[in-house]
Amino acid sequence: MIAELGLAALWLAAALAGLQLIAGALALTQRGVALAGIVRPVAVAQGVLALVSFVALVVLFWQTDLSVELVAKNSHSAKPLLYKLTGTWGNHEGSMLLWAMVMGLSGSLVALIERRLPEPTMLATLAGQAFVSLGFYAFLLASSNPFTRLNPAAIEGAGLNPLLQDPGLAFHPPTLYIGYVGLSVAFSFAIGALITREVGPAFARAMRPWVLGSWIFLTIGIVAGSYWAYYELGWGGWWFWDPVENASLMPWLAATALLHSVSVLASRNALRTWTVMLGVVAFSMSMVGTFLVRSGILTSVHAFAVDPQRGSFILGLLVLYIGGALLLFGLRASSVTEGERFAVTSREGALVFNNVMLSAILGIVLVGTLYPLLAEALGAKVSVGPPYFNPVSAIFAVPMLLVLAVGPLLRWRRDSLNRIRLQLVLPVLLFIGALVWAASQAMGVLPALGLALAVMLAVTSFLPLKGRKLSQVKLPLWGMVVAHFGVAVALLGMASDSAFTKERLVALREGEVTEVGPWTIKLQRIEPVAGPNWTALRADLAASYAGGRVIELHPAARSFWSPPTETSEAALKTRWNGQLYAVLGEESQGGRWQLRLWWKPFVPMIWYGGLLIALGGLLALLGRVQSDVRRIVARDKIAWRRSRRER
Amino acid sequence: MSEIKPPSRWTLWLPLVLFVGFAGLAMSGLFRPAQREVESAMIGKPLPQFTLRAAVPERPGLARSDLADGKPRLLNVFASWCLPCAVEAPQLATLQAEGVEIVGVAIRDRPEDVAAFLARHGNPFTRIGADDRSEVQLGIGSSGVPETFVIDGQGTIRYQHIGEIRPEHVALLREKLKEVGS
Repeated sequence: MIAELGLAALWLAAALAGLQLIAGALALTQRGVALAGIVRPVAVAQGVLALVSFVALVVLFWQTDLSVELVAKNSHSAKPLLYKLTGTWGNHEGSMLLWAMVMGLSGSLVALIERRLPEPTMLATLAGQAFVSLGFYAFLLASSNPFTRLNPAAIEGAGLNPLLQDPGLAFHPPTLYIGYVGLSVAFSFAIGALITREVGPAFARAMRPWVLGSWIFLTIGIVAGSYWAYYELGWGGWWFWDPVENASLMPWLAATALLHSVSVLASRNALRTWTVMLGVVAFSMSMVGTFLVRSGILTSVHAFAVDPQRGSFILGLLVLYIGGALLLFGLRASSVTEGERFAVTSREGALVFNNVMLSAILGIVLVGTLYPLLAEALGAKVSVGPPYFNPVSAIFAVPMLLVLAVGPLLRWRRDSLNRIRLQLVLPVLLFIGALVWAASQAMGVLPALGLALAVMLAVTSFLPLKGRKLSQVKLPLWGMVVAHFGVAVALLGMASDSAFTKERLVALREGEVTEVGPWTIKLQRIEPVAGPNWTALRADLAASYAGGRVIELHPAARSFWSPPTETSEAALKTRWNGQLYAVLGEESQGGRWQLRLWWKPFVPMIWYGGLLIALGGLLALLGRVQSDVRRIVARDKIAWRRSRRER
Repeated sequence: MSEIKPPSRWTLWLPLVLFVGFAGLAMSGLFRPAQREVESAMIGKPLPQFTLRAAVPERPGLARSDLADGKPRLLNVFASWCLPCAVEAPQLATLQAEGVEIVGVAIRDRPEDVAAFLARHGNPFTRIGADDRSEVQLGIGSSGVPETFVIDGQGTIRYQHIGEIRPEHVALLREKLKEVGS
């Protein structure tokens, strides 16, 4: 019954998306103006129905209704409740429904709250949002129906990939999805603006909270995913340039560029075409990433089901939406009137430079991700990894970070480096000092540059606050300072990880001792332990930092019985100055146990920095929303007074 | 004063051109039959040096020197935990019955598990080496289980069969062995 309800809601949502598209498009013409009134309510209803459909699927997973094929394939009655619920989106069909649901609700929210844009642009935007939603509904209904019944019902479910049975990962995909799909609103705004040629500050202000919000979710999603890979996969690395990671990084890069250019458009009315294009590109990257991941076209550690039929369907949607949007862009962008001009040395100039650098990195990641596909088309088999991505992206990241140090200090429109030279003395000295010190430590060129840049950025990120009363600094400025400081912190962690990490692979008997970096570690014993749906061999390690207090660590090798899989549970000990990372390997000959140990100085800064970046975004978003709310309240007050006077 | 100029007309079409290229590439990737197996780069090269302890008490272990006595052989990479390895057991038994000598490399396995596997599915092997860390497996260019290699009398890898040996593959392996033997 619940499955049928969910399916019915999904069909209705699809039908309403069709209606929203047609009514919105017709309302833009002379004869269809009368339809304008229904577009907003239809958009709201469509989102609500998508939500109903998604909730129905969550309920099915909660009840472990094994008469539903998707539940039978991906769940199990013995699974902990949390993972039953999160199993809803731990599979292809459920995650696509989550995607469509977020997209529908975003459209509802735009329809409910956005009042600044001219009505035609608004109608075109909602029609665009419906057009994109419609494709995903069609995809769900035609080839990925999550509500298909199984007759007869299964006796027991097949379980969920144990790697996914982790609280961090349970919420990682929805976080990323909200980010991906939130960008669809920016995409629709860009389409709407291209159709009506209304690109200006009002458009930028309408788009900005959506870009900021999506970007915050993407940032958190990427940080969480990176940390999950770090402790769950037991490889000790935090970024692997895996196609699936790249699929989340590319929209983030585009959204970061968009975020900056939309601010220029909002406050300076410049960069009109560039902002529109980034609006199109950001969501396009979300869709391209999803396609690459879901079609199984690229081999990846995130092995998702390979399905050419689904792959072709998503590719068709990509061609329709991205191709269509870029065609519209090519046709219309030249007729978008030019914005304000500015000098090369100016805040806008620095932002443009960094936008171009971000886009170049995006291009590099895209090329690297697609290169194996190209090589395969030409008959070779290659994989592209860190030896390509690290140095090539650094070529653009290093100048970008240098400009990031200076840009926020520049004035809008026109400025000179001469004016700010005194402020730059200390950061430049720090940069050179750090570089000289790093050179004496025999580390690679990139880690050395990274350390020096991080030290410099940590100082310059606070310089925009100079000469201001801190109590009067507005939230968006705090946001910028915090986010840029977060970049410095994350960079320090990355550089420190590659420059100072100590690694040790040993085979120990119970009672034996080893050392890694400043740590002394004793393998006390290996013992079996049992969890709700797994059993494990667990090592008791006694570790002491530089001869200090002894702490216990318990790395384990877990065996899940449904489905039968083994995972390694790394044990971590975080100190203020780094992290000890221990992995229990296999039993080798003579009662020895393999242990892999790392001492990673300052590595948690990577994720703290990432979270600071997201926090900066949140502060900026709060600041923008606050001033928007104030403006709306003020406007309503005026309208209310006027209506009283007229009475 | 230098100013940043707005983009020229034709650059506005650049994104679309790039996207069309991407779509074409993706299309070709989707419709090409997926070839996800990794072929050994070791074909035509001599086996690397190795010595593996016996995986089960009733058969000796395996070393490089055992495989260069002038006689062609099949080298079968298997594991007791591998389902397709059980599927190919009858085909290996057929080849062994015809007089083909087969040696085994058991990947990341325990002696009792290997013994149980052989008791259940038959033991076509004259020697079985235990490759606890996949070192030999990687050394001969195998990326999974099961895989079967045709080794000539000088210890050179001549042919690689990826995946389980199905009944229809037996003739092919027989032929490869004959080519190598002559």
